[in-house]
Amino acid sequence: MRYKRVAAVAAAATLTLGLSACGGDSDDAGTGAGNKDFAAGSTMERLNTAQKIKVGTKFDQPGFGQKGLSGKPEGFDVEIAKLIVKELGIPEDKIEYVETPSKVREDVIVNGTVDLVAATYTINDKRKERIAFAGPYYEAGQNIMVRKDEAAITGPDSFSDGTKKVCSVTGSTPAEEIKKYVKDVATQLVLFDTYDKCRDALKGKQVDAVTTDNVILLGYIAKDEASFKMAGDNFTKEPYGIGVKKEDTDFRDFINDTLDKAFEDGSWKKAWDETAGKFGATLGDPPAVNRY
Amino acid sequence: MNVLIDKFDVFAGGFWLTLQICFLAAIGALILGAVVAVLRISPVPPLRAVGTTYVNIFRNLPLTVVLFFAAFGLPALGSNADFLRIPGLESIFSRLGTDLPYFRFGLIALVLYTAAFVCEALRSGVNAVPAGQAEAARSLGLTFGQNLRHVVLPQSWKASVVPLGSVIIAMIKNSALVGFFGVVGDLSQTADQLTSAGGYPFIPVAIGISVGYLIMTVPLGALLDRIEKRQAVAR
Repeated sequence: MRYKRVAAVAAAATLTLGLSACGGDSDDAGTGAGNKDFAAGSTMERLNTAQKIKVGTKFDQPGFGQKGLSGKPEGFDVEIAKLIVKELGIPEDKIEYVETPSKVREDVIVNGTVDLVAATYTINDKRKERIAFAGPYYEAGQNIMVRKDEAAITGPDSFSDGTKKVCSVTGSTPAEEIKKYVKDVATQLVLFDTYDKCRDALKGKQVDAVTTDNVILLGYIAKDEASFKMAGDNFTKEPYGIGVKKEDTDFRDFINDTLDKAFEDGSWKKAWDETAGKFGATLGDPPAVNRY
Repeated sequence: MNVLIDKFDVFAGGFWLTLQICFLAAIGALILGAVVAVLRISPVPPLRAVGTTYVNIFRNLPLTVVLFFAAFGLPALGSNADFLRIPGLESIFSRLGTDLPYFRFGLIALVLYTAAFVCEALRSGVNAVPAGQAEAARSLGLTFGQNLRHVVLPQSWKASVVPLGSVIIAMIKNSALVGFFGVVGDLSQTADQLTSAGGYPFIPVAIGISVGYLIMTVPLGALLDRIEKRQAVAR
């Protein structure tokens, strides 16, 4: 209890806002309010004091962030966010989830609509111009899904002879990537607005393959193993990171520390096994956190 | 605004593809619409019922739904619309003959949907012909077909041209939907491509796309005005 009082005094010294004290010391995070000692003026302190946080994630991504019957999104991204929130000393039920489809992710961070984004968010230099990434906490990669009886497609190079047709989603990174391998876009590439339509087209044999990140494909294979399978290995690397404000280096370091801790104590693997790991995807070793 | 110059080839490609699908769909819709119109004014009640049912279904469904049925219903029925791979046309309209059926699916949906409106435009023209004309023709002993061909249709055509033009212009604009049903590279899908994958700002791209559609629709409207004026003189 003495420890907690010290923390409370330290916090009170920097804030006029009083902190409600309740049971548990700082090692038992997630049970009380204002129960952690963070540097004055940091994002961590602000969130800890407020005892609530807004997390941007996807609501339609099986295994990573999907809103189910419980009314809250579930998945690996959500679990990773919970690990960070726990480390901030905020209880899980104080998380407000905001749906962040791919197109709005940078905007919601820059505008401050959310405090962090964990939404199958690939780290790349173009995005780093507007926001900053902690992590990566997972390395996905583009892969190809085919019908179970397909033998002729073994990887992206199988599209170079101009006979096999492939489907992806308009404006996505995988769609741009596969164009490098396809001989004639007009006769081989189909783009829809959702992957569900691609899956239907694959099943109906209008196309021969669907390509995007392996985790998305695994979700479809898990639901219909009798019809689909993966063709070959990942042919790109898509490191997933946590998006935060560009100038907020302290918060980024904090998240990186949290991730490192989660890699070591097994909570990272546990989060995976309970979510995306159920689709049979192998996790491998933890990725090295990139503190740029 | 650089995107309009940098990506001119992409806009031009999208324009060309949209023009192709609109041209084919306009011809298809005019033919099918004329057939349905004849059904609707025929003296045989069951044929009239067929025509009326057709119009009621396709005029009252949203085009998106028709496209859904074409793009995902036809494959479920086992058809890739291969009957549209017409040898001569295939060589001019290359997309018609590819293994990917979505251009054909989009075309079918546009034709089916627009034909209902074409039918009604033609029928309104027929109704504008004084009943006495058809009665006089019948009393001269002309059959239904002769009556239509020599007496009614030549007169109804004048009253139908302007509404028909509006229907075709509406169809060109409606064709913007096919890009969302697997037709890669048409004018509207080009916009999506450039903004979300290419990262270009939306407004200049939207202006480019608008210009593309206006190039197709404005001259068509002007042509209709001319035809209308010539008719006024004839009267």
